[in-house]
Amino acid sequence: MLKANEIALGRLMAADPVLVDVKPAHEVLEGLTPTTFLHAGPPIAFQDMCPPMQGAVYCALLNEGIARDIDEARRMAADGTITYKPCHEFGAVGPMTGLTTWSMPLWVVEDRATGRRSYANISEGSGVGLRFGEYSQRTLDRLKWMREVAGPVFSQLLHEIGGMDLAPMMAQGLAMGDELHMRNHAGTALFVKNYAWLIARIAGPEAENVLKFIGVGNDQFFLNLAMAANKLAADLADGVPGSTLVTAIARNGVNFGIRISGLPGRWFTAPSPMVKGLYFPGFTEADANPDLGDSAIMEVGGFGGCSMITAPAIVKFLGAASVDVARETTEAMYSITLGEHPRYQIPALNFRGTPCGIDIMKVVETGVTPILNTAIASNRAGVGMVGAGMSTLPIDPFVEALKALAQELGI
Amino acid sequence: MENKLFEEKMSVINLGLPSFFESVKDQGAPCVHVDWRPPAGGDVRLIEILDRLRELG
Repeated sequence: MLKANEIALGRLMAADPVLVDVKPAHEVLEGLTPTTFLHAGPPIAFQDMCPPMQGAVYCALLNEGIARDIDEARRMAADGTITYKPCHEFGAVGPMTGLTTWSMPLWVVEDRATGRRSYANISEGSGVGLRFGEYSQRTLDRLKWMREVAGPVFSQLLHEIGGMDLAPMMAQGLAMGDELHMRNHAGTALFVKNYAWLIARIAGPEAENVLKFIGVGNDQFFLNLAMAANKLAADLADGVPGSTLVTAIARNGVNFGIRISGLPGRWFTAPSPMVKGLYFPGFTEADANPDLGDSAIMEVGGFGGCSMITAPAIVKFLGAASVDVARETTEAMYSITLGEHPRYQIPALNFRGTPCGIDIMKVVETGVTPILNTAIASNRAGVGMVGAGMSTLPIDPFVEALKALAQELGI
Repeated sequence: MENKLFEEKMSVINLGLPSFFESVKDQGAPCVHVDWRPPAGGDVRLIEILDRLRELG
């Protein structure tokens, strides 16, 4: 292994993520302004965004009180009022459209050793929501409730317990049948199991609503916490000169992009692939948006497709024919990763560590590319999730990243 | 020296094209196929980069 990759992988694996707070985005994201809107994936202009992301921008304009109605939101979204930036460039990640703006409450995850922080928004729960580009009054009301009620409850909870260690919860989630990208039933259940008693006291008359918000129709509640934890690990591993370790995979619904440790801040992009999977009744591939969301940070950290064999229960949900697909997917990911995570283990593989640290050298050499477990979003704003499946990434950005690093190193 | 190769029973390891493996197998010779492909799809520039990076360590 390259020395640079030993260093980068060591930092990735040494991350010790602790959930310490929930704060409004403007209090924690350096450089954020009221008119800076963050989105999933690599950089993109408003007019090039997919319909769900444009819908999410309208929703955010209304939610922040910048636009008074949808007509004004449509105009302001495109007239230069708003600056659009990737979440990743602010230390944050967001599932699906990933829209993150000034007042939104964010999970704050801190590395115990270095104090470095990362951020993710809070899963909105059942129904469609901002993340799928819905801008209904129901969505706006829920965002307000999350900002004014749920966020402060979670913040007080975290203060009272002195922070929540996420690594043991993620490890236990794997052991309980999550792969932590498309299956977070266990992680979410652990959150409720461990802290319902305290939420009941802190939230008072809102306790029923807060517990219902987490526990009913919000199976991916834990995903956002795990995403922030993996963003933290990836950012800790970023910026090692000469390293070929992948530190970001993200999709904006039009393009997907990767970043590598040895070339911090640079995106290498290609068109987002269509996701192969299973569609909900009434939907077909004609309804699907190309791959979308920052949640591929889970595969960067060795979860999701990398750890698919931990979650045989989701194989059919993702449209795969048999559990063999899960086993083969995890085995393929071992062929393009640098190590096996000592803290995150796969019981079905005799507690072998998860395949961790995607290496562009191995991807280019073998032709095997990362496989993401993912939701399939509708290609229309406000419709929501239309299916789930597996997304095999095209190789071109990995090749381009390798060539760029070679140029940087004078090879 | 006389070449005995084609007078003896052959055991074959096939690399590359599967059709060669099928042909040998059809003739009843023991044969295994190795699913091998050139690294980096055979792209000379990419192979050079991979080699140089490994040399640099």
